[in-house]
Amino acid sequence: MHFIRAKHEIGAPASEEFGEWPARAHICSMIRPEDLLRPTPKGLYCPPGDFYIDPVRSGVDRAVVSHGHSDHARPGHGAVLATPETLEAMSVRYGEAFAGSRQLAPYGAITCIGDVDVRLVPAGHVMGSAQVEVKWKGLTMVCTGDYKRRADPTCRPFEVIPCNIFISEATFALPVFRHPDSPGEVAKLLASIRAFPDRAHLLGAYAFGKAQRVIREIRDAGYSETIYIHGAMKALCDMYERLGVDLGPLEPATLEKKQRSESQKFAGKIIICPPSASSTTWAQLFPDPVIAFASGWMNIRQRAKAGGIELPLVLSDHADWDELTNTVREVNPEELWVTHGRDDALARWAELEGRRARPLHLVGHEDETGE
Amino acid sequence: MQAFAALLERLVLTPSRNAKLQLICDYLRHTSDPSRGWALAAITGDLDIPSVKPAAIRELVVSRVDPILFNLSYKYVGDLAETISLLWPPRPGANRAPDLAEVIETLMESTKAQGVKLVEGWLDALDSAGRWALLKFVTGGLRVGVSARLARQAAADFGKVDVAEIEELWHGMAPPYLGLFAWLEGSAPKPVSSALALFRSPMLAHPLLSKAERLDAHDLNPSLISPADFAAEWKWDGVRVQLVSDKSVRRLYTRNGDDISKAFPDLLEAADFDAALDGELLVRTPEGGVASFNELQQRLNRKTVSPKQMIDRPAMLRAYDILQEGSEDLRPCSFHDRRRRLERFVVSLDTNRIDLSPLVPFSGAMELEKLRRSPPTRDIEGVMLKRWDAPYLAGRPAGLWYKWKRDAFLIDAVLMYAQRGHGKRSRFYSDFTFGVWRSTPEGDELAPVGKAYFGFTDRELVMLDKYVRDHTIERFGPVRSVTANKHQGLVLEVAFEGLQRSPRHKSGLAMRFPRIHRIRWDKPARDADRMEALESLLAV
Repeated sequence: MHFIRAKHEIGAPASEEFGEWPARAHICSMIRPEDLLRPTPKGLYCPPGDFYIDPVRSGVDRAVVSHGHSDHARPGHGAVLATPETLEAMSVRYGEAFAGSRQLAPYGAITCIGDVDVRLVPAGHVMGSAQVEVKWKGLTMVCTGDYKRRADPTCRPFEVIPCNIFISEATFALPVFRHPDSPGEVAKLLASIRAFPDRAHLLGAYAFGKAQRVIREIRDAGYSETIYIHGAMKALCDMYERLGVDLGPLEPATLEKKQRSESQKFAGKIIICPPSASSTTWAQLFPDPVIAFASGWMNIRQRAKAGGIELPLVLSDHADWDELTNTVREVNPEELWVTHGRDDALARWAELEGRRARPLHLVGHEDETGE
Repeated sequence: MQAFAALLERLVLTPSRNAKLQLICDYLRHTSDPSRGWALAAITGDLDIPSVKPAAIRELVVSRVDPILFNLSYKYVGDLAETISLLWPPRPGANRAPDLAEVIETLMESTKAQGVKLVEGWLDALDSAGRWALLKFVTGGLRVGVSARLARQAAADFGKVDVAEIEELWHGMAPPYLGLFAWLEGSAPKPVSSALALFRSPMLAHPLLSKAERLDAHDLNPSLISPADFAAEWKWDGVRVQLVSDKSVRRLYTRNGDDISKAFPDLLEAADFDAALDGELLVRTPEGGVASFNELQQRLNRKTVSPKQMIDRPAMLRAYDILQEGSEDLRPCSFHDRRRRLERFVVSLDTNRIDLSPLVPFSGAMELEKLRRSPPTRDIEGVMLKRWDAPYLAGRPAGLWYKWKRDAFLIDAVLMYAQRGHGKRSRFYSDFTFGVWRSTPEGDELAPVGKAYFGFTDRELVMLDKYVRDHTIERFGPVRSVTANKHQGLVLEVAFEGLQRSPRHKSGLAMRFPRIHRIRWDKPARDADRMEALESLLAV
């Protein structure tokens, strides 16, 4: 298409930038970014490497997977390239046979697929999460997958990579999403336990990533008592422990006789469960539970209220508005592509900043379940 | 401001009454004067500050934020105060965050025009939770799901006093209630109110027989009712109120101490005396009879009332008791003496808006039982028994007053829909919509006639919840529809106090006070009641 040609037309500042990228003068007349990565119904596709990045449907021949959340990492592909941690998460969740073959790509290592150089770089979203950098004939495109910029004790921080095209997620791309600092949110939970020592605190958290981060943050706040976990959390918590994240004393949140009399031991305790579990009969067994939920969506009170959440904790594994916009400024790409989430608002922001932006309207990465 | 904002947030999201009480109580304990007094006033709705229009605040925000981004955000969030509190871009270098007292005291001394300017400065200085709390009370009304009564109860819990004591003082005090808190903390004696037309905590009755029809300490064995000990009078189907006229000040209070004077100026105008009366608030039909409870409800909960409403549905008081006459407090007197004073007093009044609730003569328990079973008119809910020698005591003292209600109406209906409950029950399907059979050209169908969410035991609730989960056919958000046809369905015996025509309900009927009386696991759905059975009750 026209975007690099347009850069030429802009004039002096742009050509100065081109100085650092000698190959681009060549690209502009020959290559269009769609030749390297293009949105398709199955997800972002790379024709010269014949692979998809985070395909939204199962069963492609070759997939590069940014991280282990189920809307990005689906089972049943022919070959999967991902970080060792992501591959391990997939085998924990889907079983060893989740793909025909798998290829380990540690952070920073370059893998050649056809003519395309693929490199995975930390994205700071969950353990093993990566941005996917693809280079071909001097054109560099970076797909962020999901990412965040703030500190997370359970994963490597996001790294800024200069590139021509930056393909960003936009889950929380509205200026109302400004996530507070995590310690303050964890303090709310601990304060509630002190205020309601007779009530169990049922904290909903996504089973992979959020749950372990929440536990780690609670430990960092000085809480050393046993934390109880729902059965769905166990395998992934074990994986985090294996990979070196100390989660402290954990015990299963199960009642052997399924009786209320037995449930008193959970009064004043923290129980971590998948968000959907808090509205099941399982949750009814706990003493007068306070229903909490750790998610970036909890920033919106109306949303918490509608979901019957009594104690919302704004803890997100996605970039908030300021992180998204600051990251785009830092990366300073020639063009911003916006994938899943509120692409309209981020595109509007780019317009106000005088940046080129293109909403991809990629479907399939559910913007809510992953958080 | 931060602590207050955190309290409001927690209150908005907390469904349980007890947890709300605990949260407010904790806040009062950990917050100093005068902030806690202002906070209490903000919650009870007794804060009188110039309000700022939402439009003015919207204007402020679009002067700082791109209108398109603002609109995208507002559309997403759906609540103006919340949207603004979240996306407000503070100007750097704002002052320190103000505390609640400072905000309120400054606003009280300013005009509406100054208000907007002040709010802008504070939005810069506060964090998002603080901005939200600020916007909530400057745009009027906190709406955090706490009634004035509940807030006063929390203050009573905090001071370990009876809420009746606070209610009696309430209308004579002004925020930030320094004297009240000093007393509640034990550092000063109970404040003496010099205000006029104060509320007096009402005397309440015990049910004659407790629910399971077994006698406990508060019950009276019906066979022991004798006209020598007890006076009987009708229990009218209206709203229990207190009408107080004290020199030039006149007030109408509910039994919870809420001031509803503004909705009933017609009755207040008639209170041309110097006394405090206890009675039933009723409205009349244009023909002069007593209108239904439904009609009374049309006039309740209103800030103002139109002249047409006052003509169509004039308000009246049916007097039960007299608590004060002139400067004389009659509450220590026996019911016998108060009744004599009341009769003399009502007769002397020159108005048709206040009449006397007549005593019901009876010879013994048997006769009274007949009267309460089938009262002469529909606006009577049963009988009241009052000991002749009892003084007027606040609260629900044992052994002095009893209510003996007429039996509830019963129908067998079929469970159609269930909805998740609130609070402790939010994880149970505990709100049940039920229907009865109705003939249609296509054959019989179930028509929903009411909804009930109590009457069952905790054990029964667990069983009902399981039944709903096992028999769901469809889900709509928090609501599930369950199998209900002639072959399969759960029959619920529903008790209710009355039935009225209502254009607002799909069935055209409104049930008063419906509750699940029994679960008829044994009864086939096809044998449930028909619409005609309900229609016949309307005719009574």
